[in-house]
Amino acid sequence: MQASEDHSATPAPPSQDKAYRLRLYVAGQTPKSVLALANLQQICEEHLQGRYEIEVIDLLVNPQLAQGDQILALPTLVRRLPEPIKKIIGDLSNKERVLVGLDLRERR
Amino acid sequence: MDEVLLGTGPLSQLSPGHELAKTLTGIRGLDEITRGGLPKGRPTLVCGGPGSGKTLLGLTFLVNGALQFGEPGVLMTFEENVEEIASDVASLGFDLPQLVDAKKLAIDYVRVERSEIEETGEYDLEGLFVRLDYAIRSVGAKRVVLDTIESLFAGLKDDAVLRAELRRLFRWLKDKGVTALITGERGEGLLTKQGLEEYISDAVILLDHRVHDQVSTRRLRVVKYRGSHHGTNEYPFLIDSTGLSVLPVSSLALEHTATLDRIPTGIPQLDAMLGDKGYYRGSTVLVTGGAGTGKTSLAAHFIDAACRRGERCLCFLFEESPAQLLRNMRSIGIDLERWVAAGLLQFHADRPSRYGLETHLAKMHQLVADFKPTVTVIDPVTNLMTVGTYADVQAMLTRMIDHLKTESITAVLTSLTPGMTSIERTENTISSLMDTWIVLANEGVNSHHQRGLYVLKSRGMAHSNELREFRLTDHGLDILDGAGRPQEGTHHHAGI
Repeated sequence: MQASEDHSATPAPPSQDKAYRLRLYVAGQTPKSVLALANLQQICEEHLQGRYEIEVIDLLVNPQLAQGDQILALPTLVRRLPEPIKKIIGDLSNKERVLVGLDLRERR
Repeated sequence: MDEVLLGTGPLSQLSPGHELAKTLTGIRGLDEITRGGLPKGRPTLVCGGPGSGKTLLGLTFLVNGALQFGEPGVLMTFEENVEEIASDVASLGFDLPQLVDAKKLAIDYVRVERSEIEETGEYDLEGLFVRLDYAIRSVGAKRVVLDTIESLFAGLKDDAVLRAELRRLFRWLKDKGVTALITGERGEGLLTKQGLEEYISDAVILLDHRVHDQVSTRRLRVVKYRGSHHGTNEYPFLIDSTGLSVLPVSSLALEHTATLDRIPTGIPQLDAMLGDKGYYRGSTVLVTGGAGTGKTSLAAHFIDAACRRGERCLCFLFEESPAQLLRNMRSIGIDLERWVAAGLLQFHADRPSRYGLETHLAKMHQLVADFKPTVTVIDPVTNLMTVGTYADVQAMLTRMIDHLKTESITAVLTSLTPGMTSIERTENTISSLMDTWIVLANEGVNSHHQRGLYVLKSRGMAHSNELREFRLTDHGLDILDGAGRPQEGTHHHAGI
C-alpha cells in the first residue's frame, strides 16, 4: 500500500510538492534567451528549490526538436512534468505570469 | 520591336528577355495566364474565401514541382494536420506519404493553441524560422507553401510582434531563394484578413467561388504580378477528380495558323457545295435550323467521316443522351457505335443547367485536352445559351472557339432556330465567330414536306449559294441534284 500524495486530505495548491521537469527552448545566445534563462533560474530557486530540473535546448544545434513540442515562438518554456504540458513564451520577465503558467499560483 | 508589331494580345507585348525568372506550377492554364508560372525565388500570395481552392492550389504546386520539375517542396500547414491533408488530396491521385518517403516533400504541421500558451515578456517567432529552415534543408526544397499562416493571429496575442515577424519571414524566404506560395483567407475590404498583401507584393492571385442561381462557378484572377505582364481577366477554374485547372481566356485569334487543309463534311454533295472540298480544317461550322430539320444528322455524317479516317472526335450533347443519338443515327444508316467501341468517338452529355457557363467551358476545355480530338461537335450549342446572358454566352463561345482554333480542331456547332426567319438571335450571338454557316429549313410546298439546305456563308472559299433540297434516307442525308432554287447567283465568293 502506498500513500499517494494526490489523495492527501488537505487540498493543496495545484502541482505543489511535485517534481518539475522544465525545458527552455532558445535559438543561440540572444539577449532574450539569456534573460529568459536567468529569470527562470531565479524563479525556480525561489519556488521549486530542490525539485526542479531545467533542460536548455538550443534549436540552432537541434532544429529537429522544434516540431515535437510545437515550438514557434522563442524563447519557449515547456513544463513537461507535472502533466499536463504547459507552455510559456517570452523572456519570462513577468514573474507573476510565469508562476501562474507553471501552476505555482492560482490564476486571479 | 517586331513582337510589339505582331499582335495586340498580351502575349505579343513582351519579349522573353524582359521577363523575370519564373517557376512553372504545372497547373493547366495558370502557367499560361502568368506567362510561365510564379515569380521564381519570391513569395506569391493566394487569397480566397473558405473552400475556394487555396490549399489545393498550393498542394498542386508542390506535387507538380516534385513530380514534374524535380523541385522538392515544403508544406507548412497551420490548419489541417498531415493525415487530414493527405486524405483530402488522395482522391486526386496525390500520394503525399509517398512523396514524403521519397524526400521530395516535407510537411510540418504547426499547431498553436492560444489557451495552452501563457505569454510573458518579449518573444519572436524564431522557432518558426528554425522549423522552416530545417524542413527546407531536409529535402533541398525549392518550393514552399504556407497554408494558412494567418492562423497565427488566432494563436498568439501580440499582433505587433506577429506582423514584424511575418515581414521578416517573407524577406527571409526571398533570401533563401525559394519560390513560396502563401495562402490567406479573404477579408472584408481586404484581400486577406490580416492584410498580408501589404507584405507580399510580388504576385497576388485571388480565388473566388460564387454560387449564382444554384450554379457554382470558380474564378481565378491575377491581381498583381510585379515586373511581368499577365492576364488580368477573371478566369474560370475547375476542381474535379483530376485536380485543378484554370481556363485561359485568350483572344489570340491572330495567332491561329490559317490552314489550307480541307476536311470532308461526310456528305459528298455538301463538299461539292463548299468548293468541292468541304470545310477548312480548324474552322468552326454553324448548322442552324428548326426542330427536326436534320442538324444532328448533318453533324453525324461529319463525325462518321472523321472516324473512318481514324480521326478522334469529341461530341458534346446538351439535349439528347448518347444512346438516343446513336439510335436515331442508326435509323438513317449511320453507325456511330463502332467508333465509340473503337475509342475514336467520345460523347459527353450534360444538362446545360448543371453548371454555370464558365464551368461548362472549363470542363469542355479539359475534355478536349484529355481526349485530344481533331474534330468536335456541340449539339446543340443553343441549349447552352439558356444558362447565361448573350454577353456571357458570346464571351464563352469566343473563348471556346479560340481554343479549338488554336488546337486546329474543326468544330461543328448545331443551333436550334425556331424558324427560317428568326435566325437573328443566333446570328447576333455567335455568327460572327463562325467560318461556315449552313442553314437547314423545312418548307411545306404544295402540301408536300420539303427539306432544304443552303450555305449562308463560308469564309475564304468559293461556295454554292443554292438552296438545295435534301432527304433523310435510310442511308443518311441525301442532297438532291440541281433542282434547288438559286439564292442570288449560283456561286459566291465569300469575303472575310
